[in-house]
Amino acid sequence: MRRYTPKGNVQKKAKYTDRFWVAPKVPRAEVEEGSFFATVLANLKNDNIEVLDSYIEIDHLVVEIKPEQNVDTLKSLRDSSCFKMCVELSAVDYLAQDGEFEIFYLLLNLDEAKRVRVQTRIKQDQAIETVENVFRMANFAEREMYDMFGIYVNNHSYLKRILMPDDWVGHPLLKTYPLQGDEAASWYEVDKIFGKEYRDIIGPELRDPARVDRYDTQRFARIGKEVPFGADPELVDTTETPIEEGYSKTLLTDYTTESKQLENRR
Amino acid sequence: MAQHQVNYASSGGLPVVLTTADHIINWGRSNSLWPLTYGLACCAIEMMASGASRFDFDRMGVIFRASPRQADVMILAGTLTKKHAEFTRRLYDQMAEPKWVISMGSCANTGGMFNTYSIVQGVDRIVPVDIYLPGCAPRPETLQYAMMMLQKKIRRESADMKKNKKQRFI
Amino acid sequence: MRQQANKLQPFFENLNFERKDNTMVINFGPQHPSAHGQLRLVLELQGEQVVKAYPDIGYLHRGVEKMAENMIYNEFLPTTDRLDYIASTSNNYAFALAVERLLGIEDKVPRRAKVIRTMLLEINRIISHLFFLATHALDVGAMSIFLYAFREREFAMDLMEDYCGARLTHAAVRIGGVPLDLPPGWLESLANFLNKLPEQIKLYEDLLTENRIWKMRLEDVGVLKPEDALSWGATGPMLRGSGIAYDIRKEEPYELYSELDFDIPVTDRCDSYGRYRLYMEEMKESIKILRQLISMYPKTEPKLMAHAPEYISAPKEEIMTQNYALMQHFVLVTQGMRPPKGTVYAPTESPKGELGFYIKSEGEPYAYRLKVRAPSFFHTGLLQDILVGTYLADVVTIIGSTNIVFGEVDR
Repeated sequence: MRRYTPKGNVQKKAKYTDRFWVAPKVPRAEVEEGSFFATVLANLKNDNIEVLDSYIEIDHLVVEIKPEQNVDTLKSLRDSSCFKMCVELSAVDYLAQDGEFEIFYLLLNLDEAKRVRVQTRIKQDQAIETVENVFRMANFAEREMYDMFGIYVNNHSYLKRILMPDDWVGHPLLKTYPLQGDEAASWYEVDKIFGKEYRDIIGPELRDPARVDRYDTQRFARIGKEVPFGADPELVDTTETPIEEGYSKTLLTDYTTESKQLENRR
Repeated sequence: MAQHQVNYASSGGLPVVLTTADHIINWGRSNSLWPLTYGLACCAIEMMASGASRFDFDRMGVIFRASPRQADVMILAGTLTKKHAEFTRRLYDQMAEPKWVISMGSCANTGGMFNTYSIVQGVDRIVPVDIYLPGCAPRPETLQYAMMMLQKKIRRESADMKKNKKQRFI
Repeated sequence: MRQQANKLQPFFENLNFERKDNTMVINFGPQHPSAHGQLRLVLELQGEQVVKAYPDIGYLHRGVEKMAENMIYNEFLPTTDRLDYIASTSNNYAFALAVERLLGIEDKVPRRAKVIRTMLLEINRIISHLFFLATHALDVGAMSIFLYAFREREFAMDLMEDYCGARLTHAAVRIGGVPLDLPPGWLESLANFLNKLPEQIKLYEDLLTENRIWKMRLEDVGVLKPEDALSWGATGPMLRGSGIAYDIRKEEPYELYSELDFDIPVTDRCDSYGRYRLYMEEMKESIKILRQLISMYPKTEPKLMAHAPEYISAPKEEIMTQNYALMQHFVLVTQGMRPPKGTVYAPTESPKGELGFYIKSEGEPYAYRLKVRAPSFFHTGLLQDILVGTYLADVVTIIGSTNIVFGEVDR
């Protein structure tokens, strides 16, 4: 029987694990009273946003909310707390562990130079509302999220694949998608350009970077005497005059004395 | 090495010196190779640098042309993605004979460091390549050396393109 | 060739070439002679004016974020080079800063490494702005500026090559410091370069700034209003060109920027001409910063990497002589370092805008999620809005003025 490999996460895993090692955590701080972040949280509370958790991690205020309130949260942060720019919007795949995606928004307040991260979790088949009307950058960023993860975004003006070709099958950044692509990916360009018949003629992709062809004894480095692939090096006439080492003649020529035109003019 | 027998009559008698007409035509073709501007990624910057002030490309008669109909050489500089592969093939088909292809950089040769789902692993899956140029990114002098090697190759070929098709291996 | 025949048909993509409202649809294809890479713009033209513009990207999508989930942190560093391939060290540095903040060793980076890193960052800024000038001028039509600017760029790339060995894809910065010290004579060459550069910048300005044709081509072209800039997440020169003075080097300083004396050029012209002036001024500011850094270098002690034995290998002398250093180095190189569990986002000011890396780590040697916040991605998005109403000839100017590089847009 072959060994069972769990398909939930096919990315590379650490080969050696220490059984008793516990990973340390990045320190999280509580939001202090009277600081700028405390006013941000108070504004959120005034706008009826239910904050599930909030803490400070590496100078960012992290706010966890429910997915249904994402538009309201971003609107509140933009209008009441002056976080005028949304810097980033994407998702993290936690399907293997919890069956959920974690979507995050990074916002920036230009007057105070402070950043906030809004986090929310959605289940695998859940869709999320677009924030395009709050920040225009979501136009592109949510399309990328859809393309890479398959998260459907409601009411988006143009939800089409952006980075992958339009007829691509699969969502690449999911943990179940292998780095080198699945079957459909590996034949994509051959099918598109030449048709399925040429799969045998062109052959599969060579993905092994350490591949060495044992029987290839002909290809030795031949700098200066290169031959076409497959041709016998003895037969091909490669006589070219060898390049002389040294200064080029143009530098050594003295134009002031040897020019015929100058002589004629004199 | 017993595997490699010397056969002087092979390849249509290639050891025989080229005729004068071939010589002149190949001289014309090799000394005025006009590449198609096909810079895709980082290698495009080195291609531009090789056409710029320090490593002048114009001294070899090389002028970058934008339209495939007017170009002889297609220098594929950079990473070719599967989304783009179709357009590469289209442009190659639109080029008029005689045409050659230089694959510049690791990404064009074999997919390079990007062993991922969306990269064509080697441009020779799509178009037939004459010169492969390794490096990441190759220096502009390397690109000029490749162009000179291509010139040598052109001078060696027969001026009749139909005969050349048999000589090109893929 | 075996693959002679192919299935490709004429490509109309379900677009109508002539519609009821008489607009023409043009494809500004993924291969075009304007040097910016693989941007496909589908433009709807009413006569010569653009009515709708739709940028189509993804022709250079290399799966960099997925690669990060399969590589250890140090292994991933050269891949970040290829994102903004014009100024490679800025991407390397942004990634190194993000990992250093995650590990908590940002303050332990030794002073000499900080000086060298800041110098490399500013040289990369000059390289990138010269490239911007060259390609923008080439697109607009002033082709000689391309050759002049590339000549200056060659000198700057010589400096980078003397330091780290590569002209374009540097990998000159490591997590925790820099791997190499400056070669002897490098500071003198840098001082020479800085003495020659202001005259050359003055040459470009004399050629272009008061040039009637240049001004006619660039004034009031590509107007980006401040509200749109904020809403689209435009950063860097695009934002400062619309009047909003926000530079991460001043507001959220990293490295030695809090100790250096420099100004931030801002303009409220909102058009391409303003942005062009901004790039020229930023180059002059970079020269100022570099001069201050040259005088800072001799006072530092020769330590190059941070001392954090859990995460970073020891210096080479110790690895070659001490046993535990060798063992730790072996483990860090083969297995990879395991950062703490947590999430970090580190914004830096790259020559194009705000480049940031969002890294989420689960304690494994591979990042769980790495997202690159690329400034050019959003600048390509805002092309949808600022191209409407312009003429076809202005489209090329605007694309050049937004300074997009496709390694970042598509990752």
